Amino acid sequence: MSQTNISYKQPLLETPFHEKTREKCYAHDWHKWAGYKVVKQYTSAELEYTAIRNTAGVIDITPMHKYSVQGKDAKKFINKLITRNIDNIQPNQVVYALWCNEDGFLVDDGTVFCFDENNFRICSGERNLNWFEDTAIGFDVTIEDISHSIAALAFQGPLSCKILHMLNANKIENLKPFCFDQFTINNQEITISRTGFSGDLGYELWCDPSQAHEVWDALFSFNKDYKILAAGLDALDMVRVEAGFIVVNADLIAAEHALRPNRMRTPYELGLAWMVNLDKEFFTGKEALIKQKNKGVEKKLIGLDVQGDKPAVGSVLYDGSKKEIGIVTTAMWSPTLKSNIAMGYVNKEFIKLGSKILAEIYHPEELEYRKIWAQCKVVKKQFLNLERRNAVPALI
Amino acid sequence: MNNKQYDVAIVGGGHNGLTTACYLAKSGLKIIVVEQHDYVGGAAVSKELYPGWTYSNCSYVCSLLRPEIFRDLELSKFGLQIIPYEGSATMLNDGRFYAHYNDHDLTYRSIAQFSKRDAEAYDRFSRDVMRQCKIIKPLLKMTPPDPTSFAPKDVMGLFEFAKYFVAKDELGGLGEKEIYDTIRFWTMSVRDYLEEYFESDVVKAHLAGSAIIGTALGPYSPGSAYVLLHHYMGEVDGTIGAWGYSRGGMGSITQAMSKSFQAKGGEIKAGSPVSKILIKNNRSYGLVLKNGDEIYANKIVSNLDVKRTFLKVVEQKQLPEDFYLAVKNFKIRGSSGKLNIALDELPVWKSIPVGDPAGTGDLHITQSIEEMEGAYDDWKDGKWSSYPYVDMCIPSINDPTMAPQGKHYMSVFIQYVPYNLANGGWTQEKRKEFGKHVMSRIGNYSKNFNDIIKHAEIRTPKELEDEVGLTEGNIFQGELTMDQLMFNRPIPGYAQYKTPIKNLYMCGSSTHPGGGVMGAPGANAAREILRDLNKKIESHYI
Ligand SMILES: Cc1cc2nc3c(=O)[nH]c(=O)nc-3n(C[C@H](O)[C@H](O)[C@H](O)COP(=O)(O)OP(=O)(O)OC[C@H]3O[C@@H](n4cnc5c(N)ncnc54)[C@H](O)[C@@H]3O)c2cc1C
Repeated sequence: MSQTNISYKQPLLETPFHEKTREKCYAHDWHKWAGYKVVKQYTSAELEYTAIRNTAGVIDITPMHKYSVQGKDAKKFINKLITRNIDNIQPNQVVYALWCNEDGFLVDDGTVFCFDENNFRICSGERNLNWFEDTAIGFDVTIEDISHSIAALAFQGPLSCKILHMLNANKIENLKPFCFDQFTINNQEITISRTGFSGDLGYELWCDPSQAHEVWDALFSFNKDYKILAAGLDALDMVRVEAGFIVVNADLIAAEHALRPNRMRTPYELGLAWMVNLDKEFFTGKEALIKQKNKGVEKKLIGLDVQGDKPAVGSVLYDGSKKEIGIVTTAMWSPTLKSNIAMGYVNKEFIKLGSKILAEIYHPEELEYRKIWAQCKVVKKQFLNLERRNAVPALI
Repeated sequence: MNNKQYDVAIVGGGHNGLTTACYLAKSGLKIIVVEQHDYVGGAAVSKELYPGWTYSNCSYVCSLLRPEIFRDLELSKFGLQIIPYEGSATMLNDGRFYAHYNDHDLTYRSIAQFSKRDAEAYDRFSRDVMRQCKIIKPLLKMTPPDPTSFAPKDVMGLFEFAKYFVAKDELGGLGEKEIYDTIRFWTMSVRDYLEEYFESDVVKAHLAGSAIIGTALGPYSPGSAYVLLHHYMGEVDGTIGAWGYSRGGMGSITQAMSKSFQAKGGEIKAGSPVSKILIKNNRSYGLVLKNGDEIYANKIVSNLDVKRTFLKVVEQKQLPEDFYLAVKNFKIRGSSGKLNIALDELPVWKSIPVGDPAGTGDLHITQSIEEMEGAYDDWKDGKWSSYPYVDMCIPSINDPTMAPQGKHYMSVFIQYVPYNLANGGWTQEKRKEFGKHVMSRIGNYSKNFNDIIKHAEIRTPKELEDEVGLTEGNIFQGELTMDQLMFNRPIPGYAQYKTPIKNLYMCGSSTHPGGGVMGAPGANAAREILRDLNKKIESHYI
């Protein structure tokens, strides 16, 4: 990928998979992600969603930002950066991590890959080079943005392990969730981690851009018999909501982006308390988070089971006496659960599971809006909990 | 001797019996489901009749199952997943095919190959059918009010019923013109209805199929248009009229229901045919099983069709004469057959290219409505159709769990097949001959079909009656004609899931709103029983 030729005629870069994705993108429906052009829908989001839950979907996630963290203080640096404790992390392990600013507000989330004591990689949705380098002052580490030198695919769904197994990825079924290793498929040696954003059995494949086409083709090798589909970002967004995963700058505004300070959120407000380790000696935001933990949150991101079948997109939330108490961030009809689900912030009085609230839904109907007061019940954000997701050995 | 006491005992573990059971168990009642077979599911089962292959050997596709019931019973948590169809097609004798796709413009162009007028008319047709579906949807959920009763519940119910016809659009109601359409729709023949929109034979034949599936009506028979509506009023994720496969076969639906039921403390007694419902002083109080065991319960619910319930397991002497006669006269004629076929590889059609989504949904070979009516004429003569209407699909293309890698499962639903075959009735030889005949018809449209058949299960209405327990093999537990719908279903005066016997209820497809894997009869029955018991539960449906 040449970064040097900047042309105003080509504002969007193409990923190493572009030739392949374009071939399958019958709908010509593209999305802009971190300066790259990636597929929004290949044919239809519903179909691609179904593949992720029924067979497997292949998603180009190359635009994700990737940073290499190397040096003898690498682990110490990361432990200062993130809210979890990785003292005991082992090589070939991955952890999901959050990092906050000094006031405890979320800067971003991502995954931390441990190659060895002195060699880590962090993958994230936003650009973080400045934040990382500033945090690293005083540590013996080198941080490098390697985003463009690694091509990445998510391969998610109940047949994902079976297909990798059929491609002779050695003992792939024994790879545990949040672990990774080197595997050879289609003669390409690549890194495969059992991670993903779907809440389903799934993997992420990391390779050199030069290997991209071989790796892509491999995943479709058995399509005569199994309908593996390339899936776009719309389908990915559907599965992530069912799994209860948050997206920075959709469900909250990143601390580095927020124009209005009161739009920033702490891990506690996001319902991610389990990600914060206050016993750790020091990390950025610790003091503020201790304070918030003691004081309790004013509002919190919760899951909602919404009555009826009209998605509560952008709905304002009310209590029984129609006093405003919150707002929906994400809402959809879940095809797997046959439920109308949503995530949103509510005031602290309503964060208990089972709390009853109302959503004001404006449902567009042929140039008129139907206003619906839908009963909602507060439920766990992880709407869908599939056994196969974490099973070891995985389903083959 | 088993003589435990239950709050409610349900006879039959079909999907409706299980639905009733789940809702009742949700309220904390002690419930038992008593099923004749070793497995539950009735006409919604998955079976391995050939090693490695899973057959949905009765019902085979899902659309009618109410999403609110799916949600209330948490069927996803118990393993159920629906895979939407991606298209459908009718294959023509001249080597072309007519297809519907999820994409509107593709469908337009596909129809336009046969008639540009029809391609546009299809939008108007869809709109009109959708309007009718919008009216029907709320009616499905309602217990039909008794038009002869002055009880507040019935008067209010009638008002509710009427409301949907005359209400403003926000209630889903219609204008005056549409009310005329509704009445026409519910009484017309599908042929006459389609004639008002379309000119091309294949378009009409393709669309008319839904109107004859499972009925003893032909496309020229008045009332057949309603059956089309009955097959259109389902949905997959908001797409009205869409169909889908149940992952793992239709048995996944009833397996999920039974798990949901057991998770609520419910008990299932399989392998236990019920031979008699115990009645004393016009009140039912228990069951006698074939092995002589008795089970006692305060209320009994029958999932069997109305004929089986009142002619087989309730003694005639317990019933009022006119009720008994009405049951005897209930129309429940068998007209359908089913093939389940294990295939060595993917069938290649002469017309539809491999990989075209049109080949992954329902496939047909009927060329015109006249051919369809001819198939019906054969049935009236006591013969299987020489040119049968088939509704076939290959679920294994989309569902990776149905057959071994590279192999396929094909489901073929057949209209028409008589329950009583003329000239001496059904024999094993004739059953096989019937199966062969249908397969040879299908073979005409394929390059390899005849050479890749590994195993076939051949079912006539006789097998459906004997094995599943559907009287005469009628798939809906009773014809869906106006005289047997709404407050006339199954018997005028007994449309509210109750019977002349106190504490004895009905919950099967013989009751409103009728057949199909819908769950609505079961959920409606549960609502009535809960109301009688003064119990309330949290629910999206009830
Ligand atoms: C061949 C065929 C294809 C079909 N295809 C479709 C389709 O694709 N899609 C769709 O939506 N619908 C389809 N249908 C219709 C649908 O399957 C039925 O209408 C529906 O399953 C009926 O459910 P039910 O619970 O009302 O009754 P049933 O499923 O008939 O359940 C009755 C239960 O009672 C049990 N039973 C009977 N007698 C006794 C006794 N004496 N003691 C104890 N238990 C007893 C039976 O074993 C059975 O389990 C099809 C039906 C058939 C037959």
